[in-house]
Amino acid sequence: MSTIIKSKVDIVPAPQGIEGPGFFATRIDKVVGMARANSLWPLPFATSCCGIEFMATMASNYDLGRFGSERLSFSPRQADLLMVMGTISKKMGPILRQVYEQMAEPKWVLSMGACASSGGIFDTYSVLQGIDRIIPVDIYIPGCPPRPEQVLDGIMQIQKLVESESLRRRDSQEYKDLLAKYGME
Amino acid sequence: MENSLLLNVEEKLKLTFGEGFLSAEQHYDYPVFIVKSEIICDVIRFLYNDEDLAFQYLTTLAGLHYPKNKGMELGVMYQLHNLIKNSRIRIKVFFSIHNPSLPSITPVFSAANWMERETFDFYGINFNGHPNLKRILNMEDMKYHPMLKEYPLEDGTREDKDDKMFGR
Repeated sequence: MSTIIKSKVDIVPAPQGIEGPGFFATRIDKVVGMARANSLWPLPFATSCCGIEFMATMASNYDLGRFGSERLSFSPRQADLLMVMGTISKKMGPILRQVYEQMAEPKWVLSMGACASSGGIFDTYSVLQGIDRIIPVDIYIPGCPPRPEQVLDGIMQIQKLVESESLRRRDSQEYKDLLAKYGME
Repeated sequence: MENSLLLNVEEKLKLTFGEGFLSAEQHYDYPVFIVKSEIICDVIRFLYNDEDLAFQYLTTLAGLHYPKNKGMELGVMYQLHNLIKNSRIRIKVFFSIHNPSLPSITPVFSAANWMERETFDFYGINFNGHPNLKRILNMEDMKYHPMLKEYPLEDGTREDKDDKMFGR
């Protein structure tokens, strides 16, 4: 005898809309938000131990690919999400800033671990005390290093942010003021 | 056995350098020799070329700062290794913080190039004859030499650290 087993795989539910034979009408910002959130291409800017923990998150046990981040990009031009993982020294600061500036809109920044968020335990002359001193950050993941579950939680929060953001965030005055604060246009 | 290395090297250095050789001591498992800073390149070259001693591997080179030794505050420590006999010695030179310069040993060991740059970066010690003496690990525009004892370890720009909690 055979029993039909319902699949345990969840896929992203379709947004609310009007369905008919051969068409589906919904709001564009819902569709674009859903598309952006579920296909974030991260740029793993991995410097130290948090980078190793990220490798564990990408591997099969915790699998970041389930959330749409299957394709990592090491080129900033092709990435959406800059994940800064690890200690950033003051000498690395201008390089990180250049990588951020090269990313095309829309872009988000995730700061993983204590060192990227605030300098961590390294309150010294050579370590940048938090990347938010040079680039705007959307989500911070605390931990030293954070467990893969925490990283996935951070990515899910980024997804919530991405879904609900306005489509042309780059044109809003608030965003322009934020970039002006960091000295970027 | 370690003592014989100490005596051997001490004898040879005294013979060749006379006045330039200052002292020899055994610190646990390392013979440590203190020589005058002006002749350090000749000492290193002599130890390299000597057939019996043959210290042809520069393990490390580091800066020292003892602010309490007036007149001899800054120093450099060289650690040399003999690959054939598997023995190591340490050579230290000391000089005043008001005139922190000594000859570079890059003509003998190319490895000393980056090591001396690091020592310059952190202690401000000038190596005469170094091909490219500039900062290596810190930002190029850093205005001070951080490992000197008068500078604090902490980054000065944090506003949220409460001094009472950190025992200051």
